[in-house]
Amino acid sequence: MKEPEKAPPAWLETIRLEHVPETHSVHVAVFKDIENAEFLHQQLLGRNADFEYAFIDASSVVSRLQVLSAIFKSITVQLNGAMKTPNIHSEIVSSLSPTKNISEAYRRYGITPTSKNIIVVRVLISPSTLTAEDVEKHLVDNVQGVSRPLDDKTLSGFTDWSKIRKYYKLNGVGWVDALKDVGVKSKEMEMLVLGGMSLRGL
Amino acid sequence: MTDDTEPQQFPLPAILTYPSSKTPELITQGAEGRLYKTTYLLPSVPCALKYRPPKPWRHPVLDARLTRHRILSEARVLVKCRREGVAVPAVYAVDEAAGWLALEWVAGAPVRVGVNEWLRRRRDSERAAGRGGDAVVTGDAPGDADLVALMRRIAGALGRMHKVGIVHGDLTTSNMMLRPWGEGRERPANGHAGGQGDGLLEGEIVLIDFGLAGQSTSDEDRAVDLYVLERAFASTHPRAEALFSTVLESAYREAFKQAPIVLKKLEEVRMRGRKRSMLG
Ligand SMILES: Nc1ncnc2c1ncn2[C@@H]1O[C@H](COP(=O)(O)OP(=O)(O)O)[C@@H](O)[C@H]1O
Ligand SMILES: [Mg+2]
Repeated sequence: MKEPEKAPPAWLETIRLEHVPETHSVHVAVFKDIENAEFLHQQLLGRNADFEYAFIDASSVVSRLQVLSAIFKSITVQLNGAMKTPNIHSEIVSSLSPTKNISEAYRRYGITPTSKNIIVVRVLISPSTLTAEDVEKHLVDNVQGVSRPLDDKTLSGFTDWSKIRKYYKLNGVGWVDALKDVGVKSKEMEMLVLGGMSLRGL
Repeated sequence: MTDDTEPQQFPLPAILTYPSSKTPELITQGAEGRLYKTTYLLPSVPCALKYRPPKPWRHPVLDARLTRHRILSEARVLVKCRREGVAVPAVYAVDEAAGWLALEWVAGAPVRVGVNEWLRRRRDSERAAGRGGDAVVTGDAPGDADLVALMRRIAGALGRMHKVGIVHGDLTTSNMMLRPWGEGRERPANGHAGGQGDGLLEGEIVLIDFGLAGQSTSDEDRAVDLYVLERAFASTHPRAEALFSTVLESAYREAFKQAPIVLKKLEEVRMRGRKRSMLG
């Protein structure tokens, strides 16, 4: 008999995305006030295989949907055999960018030695020897920060709007700034961000 | 000739064969492509997936290039419109190699549906009153206010689109949606009659189907846009044709500073059209 599945860990969220094959499982976590950004950044630079994550600087993110969109696009690109970066995790970071410039994308959306709040994504592709529990344990052991949920309320507290406006070229959108309803306004900004990401400088 | 064992008349694009909370629903099957209602990322986010399948009768390399070009062109125009504040669906994702475009799902129905239903009800009530039911809609009857207001909103949407340097290329009442007024969104001061209240023609105009659109600031191109819509309106809703031309002109003028030049061109384009139809 099969073991009953264990309840997912409280803070490593496993997400089932629409139109993604069963072979791919998506795991996300958010950390606030991290203390070892430099160490994590070093692991990426050193291509440490144990650190195959997308480490995203949360200041360049506006919403949960934006993160999920980058993940979805990377999976699609990986399935098409059309990745432009070494792996699906670097692909996620570069998918956040509205341009083709990959090193710029890493600088802008990836973790830097001074990052404060980060979003971590791990996509497991079966057959994989790792489980969500393994991923969680590895993160607990290696990321020094406060775990937070990946939701719009949390993420909006981390957003650096001057960066968002610069990166997604949203400085000339006076009509959005003029919207009175705060909810409508942030939804509209999110849609503009998704639109920019979808074109990838094409 | 027919083969009942054929499993599926229209093979789905690969992306729609992966699991999702709801089965993708085929909304339309056009000459160039198909439109599915499905979801994007989460079960709670509806999306319109526009798919251009490979055309077996075209050379494969040429076909792939053409599909890629059209998908990207539509996506670029939509993103530009959205950024400039023209009401169009947002672009969620683009896979130009696979031939699809995922767009924000626009609630409501195409303008064509609302206008046809409105005209049908009007005819029925005329008949009930013992009249013929095919009277031209002049805009003067008290019940006409809703239709006039709708036409004004259409003209306003076109004026805003032209102002940002986009021409649509395929304007019909099927290529614009009437979206229920949203929470927290402002409604236009005019162009919103609040008329008899059957709500059939209520809602915000959202322009869709930018497959033939492009960037242009040519007044001739803009005039052709208006002319195409005028002709489309005349053939789909003939009883409201004359009213449409009148209302279109006045409301377009209010929405777009350069309208007088465009409308002068429109007069020339109409003239050419008449000459052509006289020559047969
Ligand atoms: N974003 C959307 N939201 C809701 N319905 C849509 C959307 N885009 C298209 N549709 C529906 O699908 C139909 C066909 O889409 P359209 O873009 O006009 O493709 P085509 O080039 O085949 O005419 C439209 O007339 C409309 O009814
Ligand atoms: Mg259409």
